[in-house]
Amino acid sequence: MTSLDIDALLSNTDTEIIICTGAGGVGKTTTAAALGVRAAELGRNVCVLTIDPARRLAQAMGLTELDNTPRPVIGVSPGSLNAMMLDMKRTFDEVVEAHADPERSKQILENPFYQALSSSFAGTQEYMAMEKLGQLHQDDSPWDLIIVDTPPSRSALDFLDAPARLGSFLDGRFIRILTAPARGAGSAIGRIAALGFGIFTNVLSKILGAQVLSDIGTFVAAIDTTFGGFRERADATYELLKKPGTAFIVVAAPERDALREASFFVERLQSESMPLAGLVLNRVQEVDAGSATEEQITAAAQRLRASGESELTASLLELHAQRMALKERQKHLAARFESAHPAVPIIAVPAMAEDIHDLDGLRQIGAELADKNNDW
Amino acid sequence: MHSNQGSPSEVVLHVVSGKGGTGKTTVAAALAISLATNGHRVLLMEVEGRQGIAQLFDVPPLSYDETKVAVAPGGGEVWALAVDSEDALLDYLEMFYKMRRAGSALRKMGAIEFATTIAPGLRDVLLTGKAIEVVKRKEKNASNAYDFVVLDAPPTGRITRFLNVNSEVSGLAKVGPIKSHADSVMSVIASPLTTVHLVTLLEEMPVQETLDGIADLEANGLPVGSIFVNLMRPPKLDAHQRKAVAEHTLNTLEIERGLEAVGLNSPELIDSLEREALDHTQRVDLEARELQRLEDAQRTIVRLPLIPAGIDLGALYELAEIITNSEVTK
Repeated sequence: MTSLDIDALLSNTDTEIIICTGAGGVGKTTTAAALGVRAAELGRNVCVLTIDPARRLAQAMGLTELDNTPRPVIGVSPGSLNAMMLDMKRTFDEVVEAHADPERSKQILENPFYQALSSSFAGTQEYMAMEKLGQLHQDDSPWDLIIVDTPPSRSALDFLDAPARLGSFLDGRFIRILTAPARGAGSAIGRIAALGFGIFTNVLSKILGAQVLSDIGTFVAAIDTTFGGFRERADATYELLKKPGTAFIVVAAPERDALREASFFVERLQSESMPLAGLVLNRVQEVDAGSATEEQITAAAQRLRASGESELTASLLELHAQRMALKERQKHLAARFESAHPAVPIIAVPAMAEDIHDLDGLRQIGAELADKNNDW
Repeated sequence: MHSNQGSPSEVVLHVVSGKGGTGKTTVAAALAISLATNGHRVLLMEVEGRQGIAQLFDVPPLSYDETKVAVAPGGGEVWALAVDSEDALLDYLEMFYKMRRAGSALRKMGAIEFATTIAPGLRDVLLTGKAIEVVKRKEKNASNAYDFVVLDAPPTGRITRFLNVNSEVSGLAKVGPIKSHADSVMSVIASPLTTVHLVTLLEEMPVQETLDGIADLEANGLPVGSIFVNLMRPPKLDAHQRKAVAEHTLNTLEIERGLEAVGLNSPELIDSLEREALDHTQRVDLEARELQRLEDAQRTIVRLPLIPAGIDLGALYELAEIITNSEVTK
């Protein structure tokens, strides 16, 4: 298997953005944090943008709280490490405030439709993660490497799709239709809209109620005049992701579903010519290679149980055989992924007996991530 | 036991949530088979478009039509359904306004997608609303169409928001049709007819998320049911042996003699076995600590074993039997 060279990736000053993605529960956030620590200790000035870290992980970086501003992590050198957690509502508010004059931004921020959209629209989180990434990645930013942990979406693909979906939703023709009467008739879209408008607003007001419709209208009119198309902004960030300075790292556990998800994502990145660095196969079972096969070990354990010679040895051998079997199954799944995607570099990270509590734990994972000699 | 847990016999809607990667869909499927045991009719619903149920039962992708996917011991039936918010909206329009045809025309224009996207809470109201419709549905003879409904719901981090449709739409619509629909959905969800189960593994993060999830659900007046601890592995070493491992007083001579007897004695293997014993001991200790934290939450805990060969239809029946023998479905 082609091995993923993490240290080469992290040390290369051309690498400006790393995006960790994958199904939920595979250890994306921990991987992002471990990469951040390692990169900073290799001399990079790193900012880790996490979406929803466990409290434990924030504590592991010595941070009592993560908020929408990067906070320095103490005890990492010669580079530096900052970490922040995305506050999607706050980020959305900032976008509005940056683009509208105070009076108009107040009008937008107080609109009930805006409040619902900015705090719970499925896709806002992804959109705002990209928005924040764009902000962190400005020319004058103190960081030369930004590591992003993607939101815990239904699918890893949501990270790529959601911003465009929100963008086209806000720029879409139905929003145009809704606001068309306000813009005056005469335009082509106005005439087409007039045909469908009656039935359309009729249905919408049945579903949503007239008040909601009017809130939406006000909201759209307000944002429309203040800043350019949302779709354009989403497209611009999408382009940033395609640049050579970006590297996607797909994280998966050695399980069927997680690897299937990883496959979808890898195929998508390839079809869009997005820069894929490789796959991190997280929490794999390690077993010291011996000369005996799993069958021999299991048979020996059975003989020892039967003879009553040593229960302890029998148990230890069973434990050993169990691990060999698990590793075998995981290797089989990994091999299937590999044969489908032979060009994708992979690095396997062994399962830790205990959860991560501190920087040393993150360093240990970082070392495993960078261990090219790991021949799992 | 908590007072708002409800008498299990009243519960019709079983909502199953859990952190990603804990096996939420597997547990929902096994629970459905268990509830169907002895002649019941159960509907298993998924709402996230992942087609996880179809994969588990090895059937073609599910549609909005209810499909029979399995039979249960004693003549029960498990039916399944993948709910899509657009279909649910058309249903809603038909049910309340007899507007299916207009709805279909709008769908062609892309307006239905727009409408389900427009209101953040609307999608969830429609999805939960469909579950409530099924729960309330009657046959011609006035008996319930389904004895139980199992909902494979969004993960723990989003479950309260997903179920608490009332507060979700109230930010948007204080009055109006969608608000009254949300109210009627809520009257079933926040009632003894419903219970929310959480699936976890014995690891720190999923356990923490489960405990946070329970607190969150309770704070919002939603009925919390059982905790399913999934993928449990019985310890290979007993407490006495683990103590010796932790104190580095394992009887190396005995291990050597044992290995000698089966022709496997080598310093390398002894080394490996000792390291693995330590790793195993740490993991068992960690699992015991996490289990204790769950027990402190005073909920029924159902322990489901790791099925070494992986999850297939046979494994689902095995897990279903364990659930049947637990307190959950009694």
